[in-house]
Amino acid sequence: MSATDPAGAGGGGPWLLEARHLTKRYGAVIANRDVSFGVRPGEIVALLGENGAGKSTLVNVLYGMTAPDGGTLLVDGQPVRLRSPRDALARGIGMVHQHFMLVPPFTVAENVALGHEPSRHGAIDLATVEGRVVALAARFGMEVDPHAVIRDLSVGQQQRVEIIKALDRGARVLILDEPTAVLTPQETEGLFHVLRGLAAGGTSVVFISHKLGEVLDIADRIVVMRRGEVVGEVSPADATPESLAAMMVGREVLLRVEKAPATPGEAMVVLRDVQVAGDRGGRAVDGVTFEVRAGEIVGIAGVQGNGQTELVEAIAGLRPVAGGSLWLCGVEAQRLGVRARAALGLAHVPEDRQRHGLVLPFSVADNLVLNRYHLAPLAIRGVRQARAILDLARNLVARFDIRPPIAEVPVQALSGGNKQKVIVARELSHDVRVLVAAQPTRGVDVGSIEFIHRSLVAARDAGAAVLVVSAELDELMSLADRVLVMFRGRVVGEVAGSEATREGIGLLMAGGGRQLGDVET
Amino acid sequence: MTRGRFLFVLGCIAGLVGIAEALRSPDVPAAVVAASMLATTLRFATPLTLGALAGLFCERSGVANIAIEGMMLAAAFGAFIVGALTKSLAAGIVAGMVVGALMALLHAWLSVTLRVDQIVSGTVINIMAAGVTGFLSTEVVRRQAISGAGLLPAWRVPGLSEVPVIGPLFQQQPIAWVTLALVVVAHLVLFRTAWGLRVRAVGELPRAAHAAGVSVARTRYAAVMVGGAIAGIGGGYFTLEAVPVFEPMMTNGRGFIALAALIFGGWTPAGAWVASLLFAAANALHINAQQFGIPVPAQVVGMFPYVLTIVILAGAIGRVTPPAAIGQPYVRD
Repeated sequence: MSATDPAGAGGGGPWLLEARHLTKRYGAVIANRDVSFGVRPGEIVALLGENGAGKSTLVNVLYGMTAPDGGTLLVDGQPVRLRSPRDALARGIGMVHQHFMLVPPFTVAENVALGHEPSRHGAIDLATVEGRVVALAARFGMEVDPHAVIRDLSVGQQQRVEIIKALDRGARVLILDEPTAVLTPQETEGLFHVLRGLAAGGTSVVFISHKLGEVLDIADRIVVMRRGEVVGEVSPADATPESLAAMMVGREVLLRVEKAPATPGEAMVVLRDVQVAGDRGGRAVDGVTFEVRAGEIVGIAGVQGNGQTELVEAIAGLRPVAGGSLWLCGVEAQRLGVRARAALGLAHVPEDRQRHGLVLPFSVADNLVLNRYHLAPLAIRGVRQARAILDLARNLVARFDIRPPIAEVPVQALSGGNKQKVIVARELSHDVRVLVAAQPTRGVDVGSIEFIHRSLVAARDAGAAVLVVSAELDELMSLADRVLVMFRGRVVGEVAGSEATREGIGLLMAGGGRQLGDVET
Repeated sequence: MTRGRFLFVLGCIAGLVGIAEALRSPDVPAAVVAASMLATTLRFATPLTLGALAGLFCERSGVANIAIEGMMLAAAFGAFIVGALTKSLAAGIVAGMVVGALMALLHAWLSVTLRVDQIVSGTVINIMAAGVTGFLSTEVVRRQAISGAGLLPAWRVPGLSEVPVIGPLFQQQPIAWVTLALVVVAHLVLFRTAWGLRVRAVGELPRAAHAAGVSVARTRYAAVMVGGAIAGIGGGYFTLEAVPVFEPMMTNGRGFIALAALIFGGWTPAGAWVASLLFAAANALHINAQQFGIPVPAQVVGMFPYVLTIVILAGAIGRVTPPAAIGQPYVRD
């Protein structure tokens, strides 16, 4: 597992785009250390690594968004300096960002035109662009209406617009940063079809992912990164999910959660026809009915933006329940505040840990007691007991393996995985009867994922009712005893965790399920 | 601007004319009051429209602009002093545009390059403009007894301006005519040109514009300065078209009402113009009430534009979506 030097990599013809010995630092953090990477014409290369491994930094350098501190870039064997995306585009390097770079109120054609607008007599000539969009879409088997406004399009459609945008700029290398993170399994299949067509036509594809199955499916070659360095390169024929995971993490990893069958007890979370308003008006959650029993893990699947976020916030007390009723631990709870619900035994791991889970400039210790800093022995007659807080925090830091193991550092200095461990430690450290966890492993390294999953199962086995919302189907399928699927604010299906398949859930996520009025009790 | 809102505005203007008609003394013909109301409305709308268009280019590029007032005030002074010294009204207008663009350059430098909070930057410009022009007008203009170069003559539309009663509508001064043209030009530039697309893109999602190869900083500088030059023309209105003198604080809050018009008009040129007409009509009623002896207390009528501003900005007549990136400095990594 030595860093490969692409110039010396065996055979396969000349590099179209090549990076040699790239280094990029952000303050004290080294995002890329002596990274060498290359892609040949018509090849699909997967760049595999955990969050924070340096994949995004590398491709942002390749696209001219980020200036490297050292190293060289070569296009067609010639050294180049990319000062901005404009330089990259001029050399045939296109990119589809993880967060789409599309202007929501603009039409498809306007977005494609932006930056290289054809003009006639001073007026922008969108008709020409519309023609090119239709032609490109037809050629690669995509369906895109050039007059459609971006904000009306689904995520999958927006991604196609991004691909067309890059191709319209004459991209010979197409870089896709985590393109499948927001897609249903069916949409992912469609994307792969398009990418294979592009590669067959001579376009090179750089495909970034941390999903092992996908990488094995699509790539001609897999380059693995860890902690800012390239740690290996394999062909999919010689790799297994286990071997790739081990390369990513640097040790053997348990990919499936080990757990005993659930022994559900009484219903601890009961929702009856719950409705919740969305940020932009309307009903984000539109009549949801289900229960979570003590001693079981219920998963909620769905494409982002189908009401899961609002549902979790409503259960946690961050967002009002607009209609229906919510019972927690046998108490009608829709009018209770956050603290009253916590007193009932509710723990909440929020979706956006930076905004709702942590006070970033505060120390790890203060963050660990955010839910009970006001209770004895942490506070006595309103006065903080620093000693007691620190003792408790040190205990939790050790138990939950939070690194670095120092309770006094500001929590913002921790990695994503360790930040998440702080939240999980805080929420599970008291007497939990209901645990609601939204995207508990998003942006978390594989090692921490394993730990967090074990913690959730342990909470279940200790008798808590656990509700997990996740965009990762694999996570839900291995973790949950039952999986509910949400679509447009409703629960459209339920499958037992042991019987769940990607295809089945994917179909429901896309709205292909029957409407469930009630879940049997 | 939505259809409903557009009709609401027209209804309000008609209502204000109606009030003037209902309360006029019987010896003044109805047609005279109506024509006078409309002509005054058009005239008063000029600085508001120009201020709103100035804010439009700036805010559409993602830079909040509460400094329209200061830009217009500084430009009014610049137009006056250059006009007076050169005895050329044309030079005065050019000077107003230059001063407006320079004030905008300061705003762009503070908010785009230095990433100062854009409200703070705007406040700085307003305070600076008030202070510097106030000082110069007492210490230089009054002490040296500098007198202005006079007023821009009205341009009459041949034929139409001779028609009785509605004639005054077609006898407007140059800046008023230019303003009407600018509403159309601003619309075409913003929605029909490549540069307009870029301005709107950096105001909505600057990352996307950057990723498409557009320089966010350059586009914002240009848009803010184009706005500043338009505010400069608006400044010229005060000292070259309304009165031939400069007085401290003579813009009298109209830059802020222009901002209200911009918001109420939903950040579109036509919307901003129609909203400006509404505010101007309220003001016109105030003036015409005095002129035709209409028996309403001047204070009540004079309150109108401000009450309207509050009602409108409170979102009583529906909300509009501002450019998404407004107020956010763009940081590339």
